[in-house]
Amino acid sequence: MNSGLVMYEEEFRLITGICDRLTRDANAKVVFLVDKNGQLIASSGQAQNLDTTSLASLTAGNVAAMGGLAKLIGEKEFPNQFHEGERESLHMSIVAGRVVLVVIFDAKSSLGLVRLRVKKAGEELGRVFDVLAKKQAMPGAQSPFAEITDDDIDNLFSE
Amino acid sequence: MSFINYSSREINCKIVYYGPGLCGKTTNLQYVYAKTNPDAKGKMISLATETERTLFFDFLPLSLGEIRGFKTRFHLYTVPGQVFYDASRKLILKGVDGVVFVADSQMERMEANLESIENLRVNLAEQGYDLDRIPYVVQYNKRDLPNAVTVDELRSSLNPRSVPEYSAVAPTGVGVFDTLKAIAKLVLTELKKSS
Repeated sequence: MNSGLVMYEEEFRLITGICDRLTRDANAKVVFLVDKNGQLIASSGQAQNLDTTSLASLTAGNVAAMGGLAKLIGEKEFPNQFHEGERESLHMSIVAGRVVLVVIFDAKSSLGLVRLRVKKAGEELGRVFDVLAKKQAMPGAQSPFAEITDDDIDNLFSE
Repeated sequence: MSFINYSSREINCKIVYYGPGLCGKTTNLQYVYAKTNPDAKGKMISLATETERTLFFDFLPLSLGEIRGFKTRFHLYTVPGQVFYDASRKLILKGVDGVVFVADSQMERMEANLESIENLRVNLAEQGYDLDRIPYVVQYNKRDLPNAVTVDELRSSLNPRSVPEYSAVAPTGVGVFDTLKAIAKLVLTELKKSS
């Protein structure tokens, strides 16, 4: 079976730092990072009023659907997407082949600026995810599940 | 594919409800949504056609509580059951941790059930999963209908491997939470085994 994504404290700090910087540098409203399977990894900016769980799931659905379309026309994927709204716009780009960097911005920013900043942030994020992948592949990489007993699981379901 | 976050101390898993068109996958999620404490659930999203048929997926995030200080979160998805939405079904199976097959107990839907299970097997294999190895439970839905075939018949056609199975009437909730608990437990047990 495919192995899941594991996020450690140190890398999480780095990722949040990159997202915070991108929010500032791109004059964005919100930046979030989503696993291609729809799990939210990090968010930055004015995310408090947003349903980030739903955003993450729909982002993944959208990227998956566009990836399917890309394959149908002989492309590997569409690494960047832009959706323009009346007030808010949304830019998505695939980073390190497995996560999606989403930037929501309004008239205070521009597509050109967002593209430029996303490119740099994407490279930085790519390096962090390379480190994560190596950490995860190391023998003896810890999982919180290693210590969990059957009773712990049963207790979760006891009424 | 599970996501373990040490920073926020969360474990996220993905469960997919699969089955033929109109078997009750969305109804399962709607019942879970309606009966779950507001603190434990997020918004339910349904990407449906104008006639309320699932177009892409339904999505429901659920929190189940803590294990050893880690919050366990399950993301429930349904697939569109209609045969011609196969490309979308494949996408939704990406990164799945556990599958619920919702069977329609009605006699006239037996062939659709069989076709859907075969389709599940093929689509999982395309993503690198083996239906005989991943956490998997079967639900026999619509047990209240007069034209429902017996559970024994359903079992022999749809569950030869004897995975956990539940009889259900999804609109009234019969069997809905039993099914969900069973798959969640299998997913966590599998994560424990593979760690």
